[in-house]
Amino acid sequence: MPEKQSNVNWTILFLCWLLASLSTTGSLFFSSVMEFIPCVLCWYQRICLFPLVVILGTGLLSFDKNIVKYSLPLAVVGWLIALYHTLLYSGIIPESIQPCSQGVSCTEEYIDLFGFITIPMLSLLSFSTIIALLLILQRRMTK
Amino acid sequence: MRNVFLAVASLALIFGFMFANSWYKERQAEKSSFMAKENASTFVRDHSQTLGSDDAKVYIVEFMDPACETCAAFAPFVKQMMAANPGKIKLVLRYAPFHDGADYFVTILEAAKKQGKYWETLDVMFKSQQYWASHQNPQPQRIWEFLPRAGLDMEQLKKDMTDPAIAEIIAQDIADAKTLNVHKTPGYFVNGRPLQEFGYRQLQELVQSEMKVAYQE
Repeated sequence: MPEKQSNVNWTILFLCWLLASLSTTGSLFFSSVMEFIPCVLCWYQRICLFPLVVILGTGLLSFDKNIVKYSLPLAVVGWLIALYHTLLYSGIIPESIQPCSQGVSCTEEYIDLFGFITIPMLSLLSFSTIIALLLILQRRMTK
Repeated sequence: MRNVFLAVASLALIFGFMFANSWYKERQAEKSSFMAKENASTFVRDHSQTLGSDDAKVYIVEFMDPACETCAAFAPFVKQMMAANPGKIKLVLRYAPFHDGADYFVTILEAAKKQGKYWETLDVMFKSQQYWASHQNPQPQRIWEFLPRAGLDMEQLKKDMTDPAIAEIIAQDIADAKTLNVHKTPGYFVNGRPLQEFGYRQLQELVQSEMKVAYQE
């Protein structure tokens, strides 16, 4: 593969990793610094998000060509939960069927940036972008 | 080269997080010390129970929950600090009943206050807490086995617990806890400055630094 092509691929993977890392630090900032208590759905998304930092990071070190195979499933699971959470949060799915009964409600509103950006939405956006970048990477590498 | 890039980005993220952390905490501290000056009643309400001299220049405001283990563990520590600095520290207790059903214990405490047995009752509660407030198996009714030790008139206590003013006190304290960003108990403010890192030593340092300012030691 030409040097330039592989550089672009590395950069795409690097962006994926950067996004996962930024989301992780942001998520930790909300819980550890601002002391928002993560609800159950937030934890499920974190379970998918946090390992991505390590998996994508390890993949970057030796640029593993199989990286998409291992990171995409995690990202997709996280994306599904984020989608569900966003729908729940915005009231499209009624709250009565949500699984969190104890502790923090999954629809409790913590931040509201510019009037419409919420934490589940940030999560959904982050997972969507990671998935899109991974798919682009996969297509470029199989070409 | 690529790995250097990766390392630099990782470090940038870590330092960015640390910077944001201290920036946020500093901003919170500024906000609450401003509120302590402009809006002191958020910290001390007329109904709040206090301990110590009115001439004290250092106020420890503690948001607590009678069912919280850490509050029980901190109570003797705070009293020790007050004893070591006689007349200089005043303790203000506020309620943040975050545990399930903790309102009930606050109600008992407020009713005991009407008999002038507030501190005795709180002491009994903290000492017997493990029997009625265990997390695996809370048995709130068992508190009644221990309450007579505080020397309370039990009939009067039950009557006083129905006073609707108590619910208002609790609601006010919860509202103030929210305003002051207290999410955990015990939540401490010393002369309006929040305890940023939780711990015995940290609380002691915060009190000492406020003592220095107040008494120019």
